Amino acid sequence: MNLTTQWLGLTLNNPFVPSASPLSRSLDAAKQLEDAGAGAIVMYSLFEEAVAAEEEGMTRFLHHQETGHAEADGFLPAQPDFPGELDRYLEQVAALKASLDIPVVASLNGVTASGWMTHAQEIADAGADALELNAYYVAGDIWEEGHYVEQRYLTLLKELREKVSLPINMKLSPFFSSVGNMVKKLEACGVSGVTLFNRFYQPDIDIDGMRLKHALTPTVSTDALIAMRWAAMLHGRVDCSLSATGGIHTGEDAVKLLLAGSDVVHLCHALLQHGPYHLRKVIADVTAWMEQQGFEDVADFRGRMSQVSVLDPSQYERLNYIRVLDSYSGRDSVWR
Amino acid sequence: MSAKQVTLDGNEAAARIAHLCNEVIAIYPITPASPMGEWADDWSSVGIKNLWDTVPQVIEMQSEAGAAGAIHGALQAGALATSFTASQGLLLMIPNMYKIAGELTPTVLHVAARSLAAQALSIFGDHSDVMACRATGYAMLCSASVQEVQDFALIAQAATLAGRIPFLHFFDGFRTSHEVDKISELSRDTVRAMIDEDLVIAHRKRAMSPDRPVLRGTSQNPDVYFQGRESVNTYYDELPSILEGVMTEFGDLTGRRYGLFEYVGAADAERVLVLMGSGIGAAEEAVETLVARGDKVGLIKVRLFRPFSTAHLLAALPASARQVAVLDRSKEPGADGEPLYKDVLTALSQAYAKGERSLMPKVTGGRFGLSSKEFTPAMVAGVFAELGATQPRNPFTVGIRDDVTHLSLDWDATFRPAAAEGVTRCVFYGLGSDGTVSANKNSIKIIGESTDQHVQGYFQYDSKKAGAVTVSHLRYGDRPIRSTYLIGDDEAQFVACHQPNFLVRYDMLAKAAPGGTFLVNSPVTPDALWDSLPRKVQQQILDKQLKVFAIDAYGIAQDTGMGRRINTIMQVCFFAITQVIDITDALAKIKEMVAKTYGRKGRRLLERNYAAIDAALSGLHEITVPAALTSSVEMPPVVAANAPEFVQQVTATLIAGNGDSLPVSAISADGTWPLGTAAYEKRQLALEIPQWEMDLCTHCGKCPLVCPHAAIRSKVFDEALTSNAPEGFLHNAVKGGKDFPPGTHITYQVAPDDCTGCGLCVEICPIRDKKDPQRKALNMVAIDERRAIEQANWDFFLGLPEFDRTRLKETTLKGAMIMQPLFEFSGACVGCGETPYIKLATQLFGDRMLIANATGCSSIYGGNLPTTPYTTNPDGRGPTWNNSLFEDNAEFGLGMRVAIDKQAEHARELLQALANDIGETLVDAILATPQLSEAEIFEQRVRVEELKAKLTNIDKLAARTLEGIVDYLVKKSVWLIGGDGWAYDIGYGGVDHVMASGRNVNILVLDTEVYSNTGGQTSKATPLGAVAKFSAGGKPVIKKDLAMMAMAYGNVYVAQVAYGAKDVQVLRAFLEAESYDGPSVIIAYSPCIAHGIDLANNLRQQDLAVNAGHWGLFRYDPRKAAAGENPLHLDSKEPSIPYRDFAMSETRFAVLERTHPEAAHRFMETAQHQSKAKFHLYEQLAKLAVGEPGQE
Repeated sequence: MNLTTQWLGLTLNNPFVPSASPLSRSLDAAKQLEDAGAGAIVMYSLFEEAVAAEEEGMTRFLHHQETGHAEADGFLPAQPDFPGELDRYLEQVAALKASLDIPVVASLNGVTASGWMTHAQEIADAGADALELNAYYVAGDIWEEGHYVEQRYLTLLKELREKVSLPINMKLSPFFSSVGNMVKKLEACGVSGVTLFNRFYQPDIDIDGMRLKHALTPTVSTDALIAMRWAAMLHGRVDCSLSATGGIHTGEDAVKLLLAGSDVVHLCHALLQHGPYHLRKVIADVTAWMEQQGFEDVADFRGRMSQVSVLDPSQYERLNYIRVLDSYSGRDSVWR
Repeated sequence: MSAKQVTLDGNEAAARIAHLCNEVIAIYPITPASPMGEWADDWSSVGIKNLWDTVPQVIEMQSEAGAAGAIHGALQAGALATSFTASQGLLLMIPNMYKIAGELTPTVLHVAARSLAAQALSIFGDHSDVMACRATGYAMLCSASVQEVQDFALIAQAATLAGRIPFLHFFDGFRTSHEVDKISELSRDTVRAMIDEDLVIAHRKRAMSPDRPVLRGTSQNPDVYFQGRESVNTYYDELPSILEGVMTEFGDLTGRRYGLFEYVGAADAERVLVLMGSGIGAAEEAVETLVARGDKVGLIKVRLFRPFSTAHLLAALPASARQVAVLDRSKEPGADGEPLYKDVLTALSQAYAKGERSLMPKVTGGRFGLSSKEFTPAMVAGVFAELGATQPRNPFTVGIRDDVTHLSLDWDATFRPAAAEGVTRCVFYGLGSDGTVSANKNSIKIIGESTDQHVQGYFQYDSKKAGAVTVSHLRYGDRPIRSTYLIGDDEAQFVACHQPNFLVRYDMLAKAAPGGTFLVNSPVTPDALWDSLPRKVQQQILDKQLKVFAIDAYGIAQDTGMGRRINTIMQVCFFAITQVIDITDALAKIKEMVAKTYGRKGRRLLERNYAAIDAALSGLHEITVPAALTSSVEMPPVVAANAPEFVQQVTATLIAGNGDSLPVSAISADGTWPLGTAAYEKRQLALEIPQWEMDLCTHCGKCPLVCPHAAIRSKVFDEALTSNAPEGFLHNAVKGGKDFPPGTHITYQVAPDDCTGCGLCVEICPIRDKKDPQRKALNMVAIDERRAIEQANWDFFLGLPEFDRTRLKETTLKGAMIMQPLFEFSGACVGCGETPYIKLATQLFGDRMLIANATGCSSIYGGNLPTTPYTTNPDGRGPTWNNSLFEDNAEFGLGMRVAIDKQAEHARELLQALANDIGETLVDAILATPQLSEAEIFEQRVRVEELKAKLTNIDKLAARTLEGIVDYLVKKSVWLIGGDGWAYDIGYGGVDHVMASGRNVNILVLDTEVYSNTGGQTSKATPLGAVAKFSAGGKPVIKKDLAMMAMAYGNVYVAQVAYGAKDVQVLRAFLEAESYDGPSVIIAYSPCIAHGIDLANNLRQQDLAVNAGHWGLFRYDPRKAAAGENPLHLDSKEPSIPYRDFAMSETRFAVLERTHPEAAHRFMETAQHQSKAKFHLYEQLAKLAVGEPGQE
């Protein structure tokens, strides 16, 4: 059975790629992912804000502690020099590269082109096979027009493209007016692949304290449907690699995304929840399905359910919406 | 090869030798010795090895008594062991010191000698503590300088091994422990050469071991105990010569020769001074100068005080001596002389009596330098002058003006020692938070390590934590600097003012030497600078012909992304002006220091610092000084003109920094000070203050609750009273008006000169303008535009009457917050997490409150002079406050309770005995009232006033007795306040006993989870995985559950609270605790600067702590159990966020992830598990059915 996959110009053993998560902080966990069959690994993100906040915070609280009171010229013990967020990231890239055979994709998360991006070349030098750029940007300014938001992504990408020659994968928001057009523009700026989609963590409201609270809710399989639709709609229409993320927990989920046209599928919460070796089960389930369906090669069915391939393409567009609403009768809501 | 020169302070010098020469180090924080323990802990935590190539084990104990016990045990088990301490800590070690010495055990205890708490606590230096140890059997060796601290630490270690007598090695707290000097470092080889391995092995062989068992610590009877005591005499007899031998060996190795007593001065001196400690530096400078003038004077430097070697003293003292003055840096009230004086006197009289000396000099004894009181060459010259009198005063004091017993000597303040020549003296005024001190420490290192110059740095700190002012004293010159005193008036060639607003607050140029330089940080442009200076400053500049330089350091800091960090900018200016080293080299060195500081963890900050350093030079301007005064800016008065007489005469003098000038008669003899003086110290720290938007405000009362400094208040009043209010005074009809008479208005008013600008009131404000969410009911605004308006408003506010407490609903936040806080404007940190709890207690119970306060932050902001934040209500009632010790606070408070109960009981007895004279109705009414509410307490006060009036007409002794205790018939509220260091560690035994007593006391534990006041050392309240001093690798065990331990008694009211998470629960807990007629414990989460957080986020951090399960909220009320209900009520929910989310928002946890990632990961996993497990345990307890055994 051949699962070999091309993604971002890299050849992967299979299309199962753990996405940015804390698992890549641990060499052991990363090694387990590789053992479990991961085709590549996307590292945890290096956050623009984290680099800045760590420098400022650590410096302030470790070095500017004095208050002028006679009994204490500081409140935390003197610390030996330690690598900052960026240096630790670089060390981890190098360490992962040294201990894994699969490609390692570094992940940058930020919204401005300043400062932190100047270190992209250092990440390349540390051995990363590709870079994922995650512009986690919530367009909160109502005076900012949509095309400026798009421009922000494009500017970031261009800046990064100039800095490094590595393949760049861009993690996208699902909230572009025209996702497909946006991907085309990114392609024009040199993107090697796009990931569908970024999941925006939504704040909640604490009604006792009348304050915002922040909590992370795990994904569920249905969360992947939006990526599935867009993978299906973009497959065969764009040149760059497509990957899907958010809600892929099982072999069945993965098969759906591959059928829709995703080149690779990313797993995160399922691995955090069940451990790295859950990936082995996902792969086994996919290969079992392939066997059952008589597929020898993943290429045989990738995109088979994409919009360009299905008999009734309108199902991915408005018609589907109408049918779903229509089918919601309070009894068994079924796909027709 | 010449020895390596290093620049360090006394504590580091002692700690280095101690760490090299020991295997077990037991520590406990106490100022000014804490840094020694911190150094030792830091070094061991990074694997620095001792002489035997093994890393010493450092263990923090629960008290100094614990540390001494641990050392005793370690020594008995054969280890080389040491500790560090001072003051009260040393007192706690005394019992073990007798044991250690009694068993002839070699060890060295390093002491940064400090005053003892008597009429007041003082953290500063004198010999009161070590003098209390002179009977323990320890040898006592005194260092007088940083160089000697290092050298004597080693000499003591070598001598103790040889002589088997333990050593107390001491040096003056702050003056030596914190003075930074350039010294010759002892190489590891030299240290190794001084420690005789055979003696170490011999020590080990004497140790307890089951392989060669012995028995020590027997209980002896009259038959042999006495002989046993005498059996050690030979060891003490031999020790002086052993020490002398060690000093000789040390001299051979290093070239630095010391003696037990050293003499300097004229060979034929007639007047001789004897003293020990850092005062020797000043004395030696004076003696040199006087001898050069032809005076026959000399100085005996005492090194070994115990065993006191008469022979060595007599050998050192010139035969020509006719008058000898012995100075003691301690006081023994009631004695006919202090210890050193009496020893010297005895030695001389015995020698004279035995005929060993032909002359018996006149010997006088004097006290000097208590609590780091200045001791200058001028004072020494004054002592010599007195010795020249026919009948020199005896006893005498020097350094103060004693207008009561007239013991003090006068001195000529213009006396200057010759040693002052060739030394450059620089004084820097900065804020504690602006980095001036650390920059100056760096400058000293740069000068010390890149030139042949000798350097000295000494730093004066503030008693306040918010807006603390520091004064740095730097000297450098070609010769070793022995000037162990501050740079005085007219002495500084360089004076720097790092804060523009200091110009009108401090008389900085009094210190400027004629022809010197004045550097000022000011936002004013160079051409306008002269005119901006106060008139007095202009006058001083002209009179002293000073050069003036200016820089807009804040402007440069802002432009280069440095925020308000100006230290390196000002440092560049110092080097550029003084030219002590080539400016290019200086810039490179400063950058090198910055790089060393930030290392890899702050790459971009490094770049910003470099930019600021480079910009500083071009921003520095010399100001052309015109020939005439142009300014009309006057220095404002220190306190307002309407301040009480005491404040005008005493407090204002202290605030102005002139407390040294106050005579003995100005200071109370028994340590009693008036309340309410903080209100007169207008410190004007805030750059922004809150502005009230009354159209939005719902009068919820949250803002006064969270204000750490009681600088925002609410008051309700009759609208009619506002007819003459200032124009800007805001007030509107109180919401929920049915609780108040018609026409009642409310205001929320800020005290603009007392606010520190922390912004917590705005942070907590829950009300936003629906149309403009940026606008809250409180918003921070720049103070410049509001100061004058709010000053007028505040004055008017103070004049409004307090609302009748009996009509306020204290169970609501709004009602409670209308009550007057009787704790205001303390010196606590900006955004302090502790003070709101104390303030709340004073609002609710302040008029009947007695406070026993454990030593720590709360005793410092609560009772450190110059001013006191506890205050009184319009009736003159308020909290009465005292700080006994750190370790005994629970017992201290319990004593108050017992005293109140006893006197109240006796008052009731007398009341009944006098019932016929007083009238049964009144007596019955007084005896019957339960005093459960404000109204009942008020009515009882009225009855007691009536009773007092009646008593005056009853001519019986019982009536007189009752008059003395009659006020105890009104309910009193006893509060035992302290931090976690007290309640979890050093005072836990007492807290436990008080809880077990069943007595009606309220224990308020301000839990910052570290020893905050001494700089953030680990306590048993420190959480798992938190980095704190003494836990550089993260605290490896979980926080002690004090609440659970308290609940185990069953009859203790226990609450765990956090006002930033659930304010109403805090209010309920305080009311319930106080109303419970038994012991109550409130454990109050108190975010602290030591957590490595911005205290502007204080409230958020409390919320995170609660939501992560780090800090559960609950109340355990034994009254409920008595009523058949479950006494435990949980006030917080199951942890709703990962523990990590809370922990990583605080540097104390987050830094471990950088330095020890694996440990941090492990700790976080355990903490996550623990927080859930703990919640479930409490949840199950709260759900338990309560009833008789066997019942469901």
